[in-house]
Amino acid sequence: MTAQTQFSGGFQNAPVQAAHAFRAAMTVMAQPGEIRDLRGAQPPKPLSIAAGTLLLTLCDPETKVHLAGEFNTDGVREWLTFHTGAPISQAAVADFAVGSWAELSPLGSFRIGTAEYPDRSATLIVECDALQQAGAILSGPGIKDTARLSLPDAPALQANAALYPLGCDFFFTCGDRVAALPRSTQISVEA
Amino acid sequence: MNEYNFAYLDEQTKRMIRRAILKALAVPGYQVPFASREMPMPYGWGTGGVQVSAATLTPEDTFKVIDQGADDTTNAVSIRKFFENTAGVKTTEETEKATVIQTRHRTPEAKLRKDQIIVYQVPIPEPLRFLEPRETETRKMHSLEEYGLMHVKLYEDISQHGAISTAYAYPVKVSDRYVMDPSPIPKFDNPKLEMDAIQLFGAGREQRIYAVPPHTKVVSLDFEDYPFEATKADHPCDLCGAEDSYLDEVIMDDAGNRMFVCSDTDYCRSRREAGHVGRLAEENAA
Repeated sequence: MTAQTQFSGGFQNAPVQAAHAFRAAMTVMAQPGEIRDLRGAQPPKPLSIAAGTLLLTLCDPETKVHLAGEFNTDGVREWLTFHTGAPISQAAVADFAVGSWAELSPLGSFRIGTAEYPDRSATLIVECDALQQAGAILSGPGIKDTARLSLPDAPALQANAALYPLGCDFFFTCGDRVAALPRSTQISVEA
Repeated sequence: MNEYNFAYLDEQTKRMIRRAILKALAVPGYQVPFASREMPMPYGWGTGGVQVSAATLTPEDTFKVIDQGADDTTNAVSIRKFFENTAGVKTTEETEKATVIQTRHRTPEAKLRKDQIIVYQVPIPEPLRFLEPRETETRKMHSLEEYGLMHVKLYEDISQHGAISTAYAYPVKVSDRYVMDPSPIPKFDNPKLEMDAIQLFGAGREQRIYAVPPHTKVVSLDFEDYPFEATKADHPCDLCGAEDSYLDEVIMDDAGNRMFVCSDTDYCRSRREAGHVGRLAEENAA
């Protein structure tokens, strides 16, 4: 086992590993509440395997990435730059952002798209301590009746959903697991 | 096959398409612009669908291609071979066994499962395009949810023909927000748009990708007094006897004889194998 450097920890077989990673990402985005395994990358700490794999799958020189708080380390910046070429940016112009919920909040600093181009919004990769199909009740596109997902902050995410069709979209990562919450999902919490 | 990257497209192109697919799933029915590439087939032959399939396929997938319901037409055969050669994926004609299905102008008769993905080839993604040619205007109409023009069009159908005469590419409203062109599927297929599988739409020449996640509300536009009707030829299939499938009319000779057959060839074949017999089945077998 060699030491982690900025050059290590990328995909061994990029076309195939990225294809598998994207299928997991697409499945959870299409079906909020679903949790999938997401592996392939060995990113430097504090990035999780799932978050690192998502970044390698989706980011390149055309996407600005914001690293929030403790994720903005030399190690992460160098790794991301070497493997993806993605420019590191401020929150206000980022296409993707990575961080813990506390460091990414408040959501107001991220792009939510425009009325004519709602796709021009940020995708947030939220590193979580736990990820389970419990807690907030989700409904909407992709969900048969209802689903449940542990969300870091239901009121803030409800406010994001209220912006629909604008708003941010979220991946929640924990270790090598991933779930997603698009802006189209309605969130309710049990009283 | 090592001359191509897996599934033909380079990785940066696939990332760009994948990002568009994710945003399309997050805003169902909204057309996400993407930098469509030139593909080794002409526009109108499914370049959008091929790019979406290429970004979606994994080596373990089983791929099926249908063209107007048929697995054995030129377009379907050439796209199937394209991915056999460039992605090395298994292919099938059986809807049941496929994990990714690329389709032109039909939705399979069989109910799709949660683990399946269907990719539609789309010629004109903008449902308002024939009513308003300017992209700047249609984009504004979508942003303001201003779809009155579409209802006027359907109303004019009724005033001229006594019924909504739009028979294919029948406009739908997705998740109570965006009016979407379901690609030129017959309106018979519209009720199937609420399904368990992920539906992706790719328009290559027009450079748009859009999507409908599973279990998303999809409503065909209509009026209270002229409700939407999923119509088909009032006839059973002459080969398999199916009364619930969409039919093609085939002219048999110049004496006016004709037959109706399932447009979904896999559905028809599996019914005939199960022993169902239609009016002209024996003659054809002979």
